[in-house]
Amino acid sequence: MRTKFGLILFVVLALVAAACGGDDEGGDTGSGSCDFADLNLVEDGFLTIATSEPAFPPWIGVGDDNFDVPESKTGFEGDLVYKIANALGFTDDQVKWTRIGFIEAIAVGPKDYDFNVQQYSISAEREEVIDFSVPYYTTTQALVTLADSVYASASSVADLKGAKLGAQIGTTSLKFIEDVIQPDTQPNVYDDNTDVEAAMNAGQIEGLVVDLPTAYFVTAAQVDGSVIAGKFEAAAAAPDNYGLLFESGNSLKACVDAVIEDLRSDGTLDALVSQWLEQGGGINVISG
Amino acid sequence: MVQPATDPSVPGVGPGPGLFRPGRRTRIKEEGAKGALVAFVATVAFFGVVLTLVLTSDAWPDVQRQFFNWYHFKQAWPAVVSGFWLDVRMFLVAEVLILIISLVIAMIRALRGPAFFPLRMLAVTYIDLIRGIPIILLIVLLGFGVPALQLKGVPTSELFWGITALVISYSAYTAEVYRAGIESVHESQRMSARSIGLTQIQALRYVIVPQAIRNVIPALLNGFVSLQKDVALVFVLGVREGVREAEIYNASTFNFTGYVVAAILFLLVSVPVARFTDWYTDRDRRRKRAMST
Amino acid sequence: MTDKLVLENASKSFESQPVLRDIDLKVGEHEVVCLIGSSGSGKSTLLKCVNLLIPIDEGSIWLDGLEISSPSVNPNIVREKMGIVFQAFNLFPHMNVIDNITLGPRKVHGVSVEEAEDRAKLLLDQFGLTDKMYDYPDRLSGGQQQRVAVIRALASEPELMLFDEITSALDPELVAEVLNVIRGLKQEGMTMLIATHEMGFARDVADRVCFLDGGLILEQGPPRDLFTNPTQPRTQQFLQRIVEAGRL
Repeated sequence: MRTKFGLILFVVLALVAAACGGDDEGGDTGSGSCDFADLNLVEDGFLTIATSEPAFPPWIGVGDDNFDVPESKTGFEGDLVYKIANALGFTDDQVKWTRIGFIEAIAVGPKDYDFNVQQYSISAEREEVIDFSVPYYTTTQALVTLADSVYASASSVADLKGAKLGAQIGTTSLKFIEDVIQPDTQPNVYDDNTDVEAAMNAGQIEGLVVDLPTAYFVTAAQVDGSVIAGKFEAAAAAPDNYGLLFESGNSLKACVDAVIEDLRSDGTLDALVSQWLEQGGGINVISG
Repeated sequence: MVQPATDPSVPGVGPGPGLFRPGRRTRIKEEGAKGALVAFVATVAFFGVVLTLVLTSDAWPDVQRQFFNWYHFKQAWPAVVSGFWLDVRMFLVAEVLILIISLVIAMIRALRGPAFFPLRMLAVTYIDLIRGIPIILLIVLLGFGVPALQLKGVPTSELFWGITALVISYSAYTAEVYRAGIESVHESQRMSARSIGLTQIQALRYVIVPQAIRNVIPALLNGFVSLQKDVALVFVLGVREGVREAEIYNASTFNFTGYVVAAILFLLVSVPVARFTDWYTDRDRRRKRAMST
Repeated sequence: MTDKLVLENASKSFESQPVLRDIDLKVGEHEVVCLIGSSGSGKSTLLKCVNLLIPIDEGSIWLDGLEISSPSVNPNIVREKMGIVFQAFNLFPHMNVIDNITLGPRKVHGVSVEEAEDRAKLLLDQFGLTDKMYDYPDRLSGGQQQRVAVIRALASEPELMLFDEITSALDPELVAEVLNVIRGLKQEGMTMLIATHEMGFARDVADRVCFLDGGLILEQGPPRDLFTNPTQPRTQQFLQRIVEAGRL
C-alpha cells in the first residue's frame, strides 16, 4: 500500500513540478544585440561557465599546480574560453566557474550557467534539447589498451570483436563502440572517464574508447602501462566536432559564434591546438 | 399491536426478528457489505478526482511525453529488462549469502564467557566498522581498489566485488537483526537448554536461534526489500544492470521513460514481498493472541 | 547415608548485592530437602548455582564427593547428572513434546533417535501423557507442560533433581497433578532439592526443610519440628503469615 501510494504521490508531485515549471524550456532568450550591456547572462556582469568535476588536461588545468584550476587559463578549452570572454568584453575577474556532470548538462530545462565547455560533440539528437555553438575543435576516437594486451596491436575493428571495452555514459565514444565496433560482449558503461580508467587499472576492461587528445592524457598520466592502440578510421570519416553547450534558444550563442569564427579566421584556434593539443604523430590507424 | 422484543438476538426496542427489523446476524452482514460499498465508492471517487485533475492539467502532455511515453517504453524495455534480470540474480545470490554470514556473526556475538571474548570483539568491530561506511563507498573501494592491487589469485571481476561489497555491508546490519531476535528469546530457554546438557553452541543452534529467527522474519524480509534496490548501486563499477540501462537510454534519447520502466520492474518484485511480510506479521499476531486467551 | 550434594560456604553476589551468604547445605542420597522462604531470599539462585548455571563467588559445591564448582570441571557433564525444572518457559515451543524430551540425549550423548524415543515413550506412559506425544507445548495445559518438563529432566537419568517453584505459575486446579509427580519420584528414591511455596506439600514430602532469609539458611530441620516449633524469630514470623493466609 505504501509503495502504491508512493507512486501516486510521485506522479502528483511530478505534475505539480511541471505545472510550476511551466513552459520554461525556452528560458529567457534575450535580445539579439552583442553589446556588453545587452548580453543575455544568468548573472549580470559575469560570464558563468560550466565544466566537469574535476576538469582534465589537456582541456583545462595543465601543469601540476593547475590541475582542476580553470582560473589558470591553461589547457585548450581553458585558454579558449578566456579568449572568448575577453572578446565579449569580460575581464578575467568577471569569469565565474561552476561544475556539472556530463549528461546532467544535456538535460531539458533552464541552465544556471551561460555555457558549458566539456568536450561535447555536436549531434542532432542533443540539439533537440540544447543549442551548440559552431565547432571549436575537430577530433577523432582512439582506443587505449594496456601495452601487453592482445588488442594493443589491433589493426581493424573486426580485431576488437572479442574485447571487453568501456566508455563514459552518453558519449559519442560509447555510441561508436555500439554502432561501429559492435563487440560480442556489451561494453561496460561508467559515470565518467575517471571510473573508466579505474576499471582499466583494475583489469576489468581491456580497452577504452575516448577522443584522441584525451587518449594522450590517459596514457601519459592516468593509466600505468597503457598505450594508444590506434585511432579509428571510421570515426575520422565522421569526426567529432566539439561545441560549447547553451540553453536552448539562448541569444548569447550568436555572439559567441561570432567570436569563434573570428578566432578561426585569424588563426588563433590553430595556434591553441599547436600549443595545447599537438603531440607526436605516427598513431596506428584502426580500419573498418 | 406489535409485540415487545423478547428475542435476545435483537437488543433494544422493536419487534422481534422477521417482522419489521431483520435479525442481528443479518444486520451485521448488511453493515459489513455497506462498509465495503462505501470504501469502494470513496476510493473510486478519490482516485477518479486525482486522475482527472492530472490528466486534464496543462502540464500533463509534456510530462507524459517525458516520463510515460509508450513509444519510448517499448524501445527501452528490452535493454532495461535484461539489465534488471541481472539485478534479480544479484540480489538472490547476495541474500542467501547475507542470511548465512550474518547469522554466524550474530551467534558469535551471543557466545558467553571470557574464552570467546576475542571472537566477540571481532564481531562487534566488524559490525560497527561496516555499518559506518556508506555502501557506495564500499562498492567503489572493493570494486576498483582491490583488483587494482593485482594480488595473485584474487578475482578482478566487477560483478564479484560488487556483490561482495553488498554482502559485507548488509551482513553487518542483518547480524544486528538476528541479535535482537536472539535477545528477545526468554533467558529461561537458554537455561533450560544448558540444563539438559547442551553446550553453548548447541543451545544456540537447536533452541535459541530457531525461535529468534521466527521472531525477526518481518525484519529480515524488510532487509531483503532494501537489498533489492541497493543492488543497483553496482552500476558505478560499469555493470549494466537495470538502472544503468535506463540511464544509457536517457543519455541517448533525453527521454525519462526508461527510468519509469526500471521503477515498474523494481516495484514488481518488492510489492509482493512487502504484502507477504504484512500477511505473515498479521498471521503471527493472530496466532499469539489466540494462545494467550 | 552418603552425601549426594554438599554446599560449603557458598556465596554469590550480583553487582555487590549479596544474594547467597555462606551457605552450608548437605543433601543425602535419596533425601528430599525443601527450601522455603520469601521471594528474593535466594532459593532460585541457590538451585541455579548447584546446576552451575550461575557460578558461585566463594565456597565450593560437591556432587558425589567431586568438587563440581572447580573451574576445571566441564559443566555440561555435571549437568547431565542433575535435572532442573523452572517455574515457567521450560519447554522449547518450536518442538513437539517428544522432540523436547529426546533433544538432550540425542545431541549430548549421541543416543539414536529410536532409543531416545523409546525411553521418552516409557516416561510419558508412566506419567499418563502418551496422547500428548506429538503435540506442541502451546496445546498443553500449564500442568501438563510442567510434567513434560519433569520428564525431560529425567530423560538423562539424573541422580539429583532440582525444582524451582514449579507450581507457582500454575492455576490452582493444576497444581496437584504436578505435586503428585514429585511424590512419585520420592517413592522411587530420587534425591531432590525443592524450592516451593506449597507448605502443605513440603510438610508431607520433605525429609528436611530449610528456611532461607536474605541469602542465609536461618533454620533447617525435619518438617514436623520446623513447622510446629521454629526457633528463629524470622522463621516464626514467616510461618505465622503463611498460616494466616490459610496456606498451612
